[in-house]
Amino acid sequence: MSFDLPLVFAAFMGLAMLMYVVLDGYDLGVGMLMPAADAREQELMVASIGPFWDANETWLVLGVGILLVAFPAAHGIVLGALYLPVAWMLIGLMLRGVAFEFRVKAEGWHRELWNGLFWFGSFLASFAQGFMLGRYITGFQPGMGYTVFALLVGASLCGGYVLLGATWLVLKTQGVLQGKALGWARWGLAWVALAVALVSLATPFASESVQTKWFGDFPSPRTLALMLLPLATLIAGEVVWASTGRLKRGEPQRDWVPFAAAVAIFALAFAGLAYSLFPFVVIDRMTIWEAAAHPSSLEFMLVGVLVVLPFLVAYTAFAYRVFRGKARPGLYP
Amino acid sequence: MDSPEVLLLARAQFGLNIGFHILFPTLTIALAWILLYFRIRFARSGDPAWLATYKLWTKVFALTFAMGVVTGITMSFQFGTNWPGFMLKVGNIAGPLLAYEVLTAFFLEATFLGIMLFGMNRVPGWVHIFASAMVALGTTTSAFWILALNSWMQTPAGQVVQGGQIISGSWLQVLFNPSFPWRFTHMLLASGLTASFVIAGLSAWRLLRAPEDASARATLRTGLLLAAVLAPVQAFVGDQHGLNTLEHQPAKIAAIEAIWKTERGVPLVLFAIPDDDRRRNDFAIEVPKGASLLLKHDAGAELKGIDAFWPDAAPVAPVFFAFRAMVGMGVLMLVAAWCGAWATRGKRLPPRWMLWTLSGFTFSGWFATLCGWLVTEIGRQPWLVTGILRTADAVGPASGAQLGASLTGYVITYTGMFLAYMVVLTHLAGKGTQA
Repeated sequence: MSFDLPLVFAAFMGLAMLMYVVLDGYDLGVGMLMPAADAREQELMVASIGPFWDANETWLVLGVGILLVAFPAAHGIVLGALYLPVAWMLIGLMLRGVAFEFRVKAEGWHRELWNGLFWFGSFLASFAQGFMLGRYITGFQPGMGYTVFALLVGASLCGGYVLLGATWLVLKTQGVLQGKALGWARWGLAWVALAVALVSLATPFASESVQTKWFGDFPSPRTLALMLLPLATLIAGEVVWASTGRLKRGEPQRDWVPFAAAVAIFALAFAGLAYSLFPFVVIDRMTIWEAAAHPSSLEFMLVGVLVVLPFLVAYTAFAYRVFRGKARPGLYP
Repeated sequence: MDSPEVLLLARAQFGLNIGFHILFPTLTIALAWILLYFRIRFARSGDPAWLATYKLWTKVFALTFAMGVVTGITMSFQFGTNWPGFMLKVGNIAGPLLAYEVLTAFFLEATFLGIMLFGMNRVPGWVHIFASAMVALGTTTSAFWILALNSWMQTPAGQVVQGGQIISGSWLQVLFNPSFPWRFTHMLLASGLTASFVIAGLSAWRLLRAPEDASARATLRTGLLLAAVLAPVQAFVGDQHGLNTLEHQPAKIAAIEAIWKTERGVPLVLFAIPDDDRRRNDFAIEVPKGASLLLKHDAGAELKGIDAFWPDAAPVAPVFFAFRAMVGMGVLMLVAAWCGAWATRGKRLPPRWMLWTLSGFTFSGWFATLCGWLVTEIGRQPWLVTGILRTADAVGPASGAQLGASLTGYVITYTGMFLAYMVVLTHLAGKGTQA
């Protein structure tokens, strides 16, 4: 086969991770925002993500699955180094996932407990994911400074998910709750600005090869072209700010624009990160070709991916179409 | 290689997680099809009682499914965190099977679950039935891939070694390896029995409170009839699965039957306390030549004992006891299902003592399934992949402290989730269709 199979699977893995971050990002973000709303609003918030969260989380399994399957050598290093934060994230995702059911089916103080765990699980999972990102992009180097950095990225990703969650609520709700969500979105945006700046500045410091890639022969046509990425990110941020501002003031503005712009911020940040890392799957240590599984396995999987992906996209689109429009109360009987 | 304590902790953690996880898919695989049946009955009859029944059991399903999803995601990570050697050695085989599970099963069930649970008023009836069918198809497909992988680990086939790597020579042989057909059938039937006893048991629980509840009476009957049909089929399939194991994994059979020495005319050990240190049975009650007769249909036939495989032999005592617990529970389930089916004939209400008994049998399927998994997984030791990879060689770099800390976290989380699950299930069952 003439394909560069490891490259193809690196692209799939990146796509799956980006899908995960955006999709589960908005529902984890909504989860983290729960304490800021009253009981009636909480019901609408959960209704806006209830039909989707499970499928959203499946992208995580796919992303990790591709890492496991296509790059087995890297999988051991990455998950071995991230052993404890992975455990926090899983516990967070577990609590959050079952809380969807328990918070409506439990009674009395149990219900309050599960509402609390819904928030806590969303927060713990988001924070752990950011922490893992922070450890990953600095090559799992030991030391206090790197740990503090990872903690900051953890907090920043929470902010990023809050932005996604809040703009999702802008899209899926109306009235007072939408007004609140607009405020949350602007706070989230501030956090995201901090996060993007942090990661963009720290990654070149942590790795010489990353530094060379971005600024090696500055200013050259290539490095100047690269500056389009931060520029586009700034524009997307400005779109979030401006569109939420217009909606706040009640001026005409399509309600999907803030969410779309927030997704654009994530996609651009992701593209930057991918450019920094490529061709490494473990930074400065292991390339995708060194980590790749045997071609016979990759070929067998490629067939599956190519056959299944169109169906997957089709029925995912169908599910979003079925639940389009503003969230309605009474979703959970 | 790491210390034995680390290996033990890694196994304890993975065993806890997989043992906890397996409870929920075991219930949802068959429950999804039973729900589809309820849904179609409603579509055909238009009878609101069927709709109420469907809605009640959908709640149980949604709750159980969520428990299965979140513990399953944990497992997908623990393959790597606890057993990196597994993926390094046989990742070229195991990886694609897991990937196909995600691609063909997880997305299908997760996406259509949203429509099944929340979309009834948003899509036409046939689309809703289609969504329910896709969820059921997804759960069964998921079981197909996982059982194919597990069976391959038990009885590897179709792989070749190329340049020091183990890769697939024939995917068809990998998938349909010698133990797969019986193991897959055995597991699906276990799921059917688990779901039918949960339905019958919780319906009985409801009838103890509200004997006139028509929906609970109908579901009690459905569960019991299904169990009464499946239980004898399971007995047959289980027997065939055992003969298949004798052919392909004789070491496991030696552990199951506590046969220490290879000889002719081996007795069947009904009960004993196997002593793994001294390699002998204490307090044994035996049927002379029984094992040879049962397994080879010839009283004088030779059976291999633990000595034929030593030191690559599984610990005998846990396998021996777990097997007897599984078979014992299976027999009790068969008796309960047949008595229950008889007692509910012609819309009769069984006496209260029988309703109590059936309530007690609610989770009998879980018990038997867990015992069965202990038999098959411990019986494979010390191998992770028979003849190819030892469990001890697959363990990861996580330290004892990391494993201990995360194990504590998992135990607390699982205990809390399980208690909450039981409380909600009991509550739903007690209220029945008025829940």
